[in-house]
Amino acid sequence: MFNEGIIQNFFNNFYILKYPLFVGILLSITASILGVVLVLKRYSMIGDGLSHISFGVYAISIGLGFTNAPILVVIPFVVLAAYILLRIGESKKMKSDAAIGIFSSSALAIGYIVASTLHGGFTVDINSLMFGSIVFANKEDFIIMLITAILVIGTFILLYHRIFAVTFDESFAKATGIHTRAFNVLFASLTAITIVIGMRIMGTLLISSIIIFPALSSMQVFRKFRNVIFSSAIISVTSFLIALFILTDYPFGASVVVVNLIIFIIYAIIGKLTNRYAR
Amino acid sequence: MILECNALSIGYENRTVLKDLNLKLESGDYVCLFGDNGSGKSTLVKTILGLIPKLKGEINFGKGISQRMIGYLPQHNESLSDFPASVFEVVRSGCLNRIGFRPFFSKKEKHRVEEMMDILEIKDLEYRSFSELSGGQQQRVLLARALCATDKILILDEPFTGLDGSTAQKLYDVLDKINKELNVTLIIVSHFVEDLLKHANKVIHLSQDCMFCGNPEEYKKHMKKEYLLSRHQLLEIGDEQDV
Repeated sequence: MFNEGIIQNFFNNFYILKYPLFVGILLSITASILGVVLVLKRYSMIGDGLSHISFGVYAISIGLGFTNAPILVVIPFVVLAAYILLRIGESKKMKSDAAIGIFSSSALAIGYIVASTLHGGFTVDINSLMFGSIVFANKEDFIIMLITAILVIGTFILLYHRIFAVTFDESFAKATGIHTRAFNVLFASLTAITIVIGMRIMGTLLISSIIIFPALSSMQVFRKFRNVIFSSAIISVTSFLIALFILTDYPFGASVVVVNLIIFIIYAIIGKLTNRYAR
Repeated sequence: MILECNALSIGYENRTVLKDLNLKLESGDYVCLFGDNGSGKSTLVKTILGLIPKLKGEINFGKGISQRMIGYLPQHNESLSDFPASVFEVVRSGCLNRIGFRPFFSKKEKHRVEEMMDILEIKDLEYRSFSELSGGQQQRVLLARALCATDKILILDEPFTGLDGSTAQKLYDVLDKINKELNVTLIIVSHFVEDLLKHANKVIHLSQDCMFCGNPEEYKKHMKKEYLLSRHQLLEIGDEQDV
């Protein structure tokens, strides 16, 4: 039987599959719930910018020979970049979308140049960073992803009401004594870590889509903050599993995005229909 | 005294908007804060709320009041219009300054939320989505949220912008009720001069070179003397028969 084949295959290959599977599920949950806040705060472009910057820093660190543990080298730099992007976003002097554009393309270009001159050309490692590969996930990724997921999910549970307040209306939240700057830094750091881990699986060009898509799809249908968060996590995990187990013949990162696109279209239609008949 | 500013200078990093500001508000005051565009109304409000740091001078609060216990109704914000949130969630977020370091709300806060929704007559909207409400209803929800945050001082930044006549009248009624029955001090930033003067007992007018602070009657006299107002402008402050 077809189903038994998949299940048999799953158990036979579990030792190869376990890290990508767990990292993928944790990444899907983490990225999608962070995405709800980023999308609602109009910070989705920061996610996109950070993925390009991660690529640049990654490429440079591989180029300079840190091939063993690049993640631990890359994360601090990307967290720093996230903080800088956030400050640019807060200031009124600079157009933040333009600033992010400059930042991210520069990082990408410098990374490419350093990696191709020092590392003897654009190697396979670096090439798969662009579009990602699920087989990249290893034990180190799993441990870092597990810690990140616990941090993110724990933050959402313990600070749920404050996150709601800061996302809904930052100036009111600040007036009632919430440290909004600290919140923004916390979110930027968690997003940066999630993106650095996620881009090895999803690829630089696609990682921001798993942050934005589930939140945007959920907002088509759901009208409560908590429901949007839960729905985003479910959409994200579902599309990951569909891409991993069913669309095995296609490139992984691109499959996740296409599944997300289809879910978005379905949700948008449901949203339009329920809106029309609810009134 | 409930709020006092002494020799206060306000502005942004390298630009002073107003300096040497002195004012004193009593408990139960109904204050309207007027001024031309760029005269520093919003800056003053944001400084009192602690959203931007003050440049010089001091802001003192009455006994039992701290900066974070001020209720605040921000200017109308378009970006809230597609936010997924129920009315109850929005109003409840006003109680955050009451829970200290606790992660969750208790029965006490839930009670307060219901009480405030009753006062603003939005109990029937409790489970509705904030984004599908009309402008006037959203205003009431945000006012309930602000009331959850305070028992003493409520600051409203341009609350009448974008409301039609009857909705604005309802808002005046609610504000009177909040001021008289709950004894909450109101500070209202607005440029709808005439209507507000009927309700307020204190007027603050900010402008580049002078600052007026007094009751509405004095304000009308002051405006006539200082500016030799045109008939049209007098109409605006509701004093046309004296021309």
